Amino acid sequence: MSELRPDLAIIADHVAPASRVLDVGCGDGELMDVLRARGCDARGIEIDPRNVSLAVTRGLSVVQGDADTDLVNYPDNAFDYAILSQTLQTARAPDQVLTELLRIGRRAFVSFPNFAYWRVRLSLAWGGRMPVTPALPVSWYETQNIHQLTIDDFRAFVKERGITVEQAWFLTGARRRGEAAANLRAEHAVFLLRR
Amino acid sequence: MTDDTRFGLARSVTLAGPLRLDGGARLSPVSVAYETYGQLNADGSNAILICHALTGDQHVASAHPITGKPGWWTRMVGAGKPIDPARHFIICANVLGSCLGSSGPATIDPKTGAPYAMRFPVITIRDMVRAQALLLDHLGVDTLAAVVGGSMGGMQVLQWAATYPDRVRSAVVIASAARHSAQNIAFHEVGRQAIMADPKWNGGDYYAAGDPPAAGLAVARMAAHITYLSEAGLTEKFGRRLQKRPGKENGAKSFGFDADFQIESYLRHQGISFVDRFDANSYLYITRAMDYFDLAEEHGGLLATAFAGCKQTRFCLVSFDTDWLYPTAESRAIVHALNAAGAPVSFMELSSPFGHDAFLLDVPELNRVVDGFLRAGETR
Repeated sequence: MSELRPDLAIIADHVAPASRVLDVGCGDGELMDVLRARGCDARGIEIDPRNVSLAVTRGLSVVQGDADTDLVNYPDNAFDYAILSQTLQTARAPDQVLTELLRIGRRAFVSFPNFAYWRVRLSLAWGGRMPVTPALPVSWYETQNIHQLTIDDFRAFVKERGITVEQAWFLTGARRRGEAAANLRAEHAVFLLRR
Repeated sequence: MTDDTRFGLARSVTLAGPLRLDGGARLSPVSVAYETYGQLNADGSNAILICHALTGDQHVASAHPITGKPGWWTRMVGAGKPIDPARHFIICANVLGSCLGSSGPATIDPKTGAPYAMRFPVITIRDMVRAQALLLDHLGVDTLAAVVGGSMGGMQVLQWAATYPDRVRSAVVIASAARHSAQNIAFHEVGRQAIMADPKWNGGDYYAAGDPPAAGLAVARMAAHITYLSEAGLTEKFGRRLQKRPGKENGAKSFGFDADFQIESYLRHQGISFVDRFDANSYLYITRAMDYFDLAEEHGGLLATAFAGCKQTRFCLVSFDTDWLYPTAESRAIVHALNAAGAPVSFMELSSPFGHDAFLLDVPELNRVVDGFLRAGETR
């Protein structure tokens, strides 16, 4: 099996074995595969039909759908964990997606690229261009990311909404960063949230 | 098992019954025509039931006795295919009410010695499923590794999971719906009225005369056939092209009512060839069964309740983007209900220009998805 993306590896390591998990934007089911091997009941939602087909062919339970519209169809507390990896910034209404995530999951993992990462700031401040980095690899005109955010934005958001942060991880590539100056130094972040 | 006469091609069994029907009647005896392919393994864990569509039959992977054409789903069933007799014990039965060997309006009523005709009790999708369950009991098959079907077959799959959740480990529902919409019922009513308007229909009593209401049935089939296709597919295949005529390579208008357009002669051909292999009264009964189908209604109006017992049944639903007879929204409604019920479900909408008929055609992605889904169930 190929190496899991760093944020997915952190999530996989912190999901309790044999949990019920919903992976929103599950791609081809990479993370679900690992979770299933750990005895989890993993379900997925994915918008791209090619990816859905790959995941179903892998024997995973994946539904073709859109995080923005389809989460309302899941009952309250249906899952121990709801996962949203690198998808928040692509949602039309990220605040509503987060609300739904914490309604259907008792806990939620959310990972996203940090727009306040120093390379991003440099690119914009000195280069005057929209950044293209490993975490944000696509040019402005073709990016899916319509709601860019920073770690501090996210912290402010969850505080405002009264959401509890159980744990947070900050990464540059696969390398862990400390909490200190994470907003500047981390390329992406993973948060474990609770209502 | 190889010398057990219950298994193989062109089988039929008559069970004493009575079969209690949703409409209140009791049917006795109950004949079921069926075929099996492959071998039931020692622990009985490899049986797959395939449910056919409205005018389908038990000849899923063997030549049709009347038309001589290959089975209707040889793209899905056969050596090296997703449903493979080398791995699976495959069962396909002619539905109750049909005309290829199972009890239906053409069957002789033992009380009168004449065909039932319209005295055959009105049946439902659940009645069809109950008859299939009787067949499985006869074959000694307790649990099904999978129930698989498209269109009306998909309705039976859903009904199977709702009625006998403990007997179904996996369910594959292709291009189907949990209820018949007003539009679906409307098209069926056009077909039924065409049959009943044919003077040869004679209130359903046409068997003795040997002269069935072929014109009415052909019109019914023509109307239905349009609903199986898509506008884009029709345009691509026929456009406004004219029939070739002697000496006129690109065709010519007759300024009359011959089949000038290629689509007209195509539909006429579909209608005429259909009457050779299907019974008009069966068409009335089976379309009625589909119209009555509403899985939620049977469960207090809440579809999720229908699947309350399905925690251990895996579902795979597939729709096609050009299917306007059973559009993707119908499959999504089922997926949402299954999610609400906590059943493991996969769903995808496949792209195809062929409309509803796509499930019978060459769609490699459909085969890949069904194959992967079935294999994952086998390794659990």
